[in-house]
Amino acid sequence: MQGRYIVHMIRELANPTRFMTLSGTLLPWMAGLAVLLFGIGLYLVWFVAPADYQQGETVKIMYIHVPAAWLSLFFYMIMASSALGTLVWRHPLADVSQKAAAPIGAAFTFICLVTGSLWGKPMWGTYWQWDARLTSMLVMLLVYLGILALWRAIEEPNRAARAVSILTLVGAVNVPIVKFSVDWWNTLHQPASVFRLGGPTIHTSMLVPLLVMAVAFTLMGVALHLSGIRTEILRRRVRTLNLLEAERLDARAA
Amino acid sequence: MTHTFFIVTSYVLTALVIAGLIVRAVIDHRAQVRALAELESRGVSRRSRRG
Repeated sequence: MQGRYIVHMIRELANPTRFMTLSGTLLPWMAGLAVLLFGIGLYLVWFVAPADYQQGETVKIMYIHVPAAWLSLFFYMIMASSALGTLVWRHPLADVSQKAAAPIGAAFTFICLVTGSLWGKPMWGTYWQWDARLTSMLVMLLVYLGILALWRAIEEPNRAARAVSILTLVGAVNVPIVKFSVDWWNTLHQPASVFRLGGPTIHTSMLVPLLVMAVAFTLMGVALHLSGIRTEILRRRVRTLNLLEAERLDARAA
Repeated sequence: MTHTFFIVTSYVLTALVIAGLIVRAVIDHRAQVRALAELESRGVSRRSRRG
């Protein structure tokens, strides 16, 4: 029953006009809620959360570094499921969603690497180390950049979508590697301390601000994604109308 | 360099990247809305016109 409902919902959303109406209503609320949660989260981080007993105040970098890392993987998962939607189900919004997700995911991967580097210098004594977690995250950024480049390389949207989908699914191999690198290899990076069997090992006074920041980042990321999908739908309408106009001018001239 | 330098740089860079994403989204959206309005004002639509 529930499965049928979800299929029905996805099919309903496949209609771009309906999607535009729904997302147009949803977008300002999501953006507003994201701003509110950022306000609360930043207040908790800067005025409530304690300094770490080993790391001192630099632990404040965690509250942006960790959500950025989660979102990097989250947007890759969105792209991978959209790629399936494109290749398997030919869902008309799947490749639009995939294209809109790529620059956002790339930006969060970049934030994760830069803040990690700025955290590494005072704590580990180095900006960069070729360990498994850091290297697989750098590969993640390169895959994102490759996907962005491929979108630009192929002019026709449907052909571009198929090529990008294949690259996205191949690149998805890297997602579990990033996630489990800290367990599979001996890394300088610490292992998971929030999403792990046996519950989080991080104290509530830091876990709560971290989760608030993570939800704020996620809401903002999803709002940006929705907005990107809307713009992409408009861009395709513009493209179609330009082609139609050119065809009509040709027909008139002939 | 002090720890404050690393913390503040992290937050400032993150804010700049996110602001960049938002500005890019707004500019791109406006450009497409404008292009669509222009095409429609020229009478181009998905339905074929007579003559």
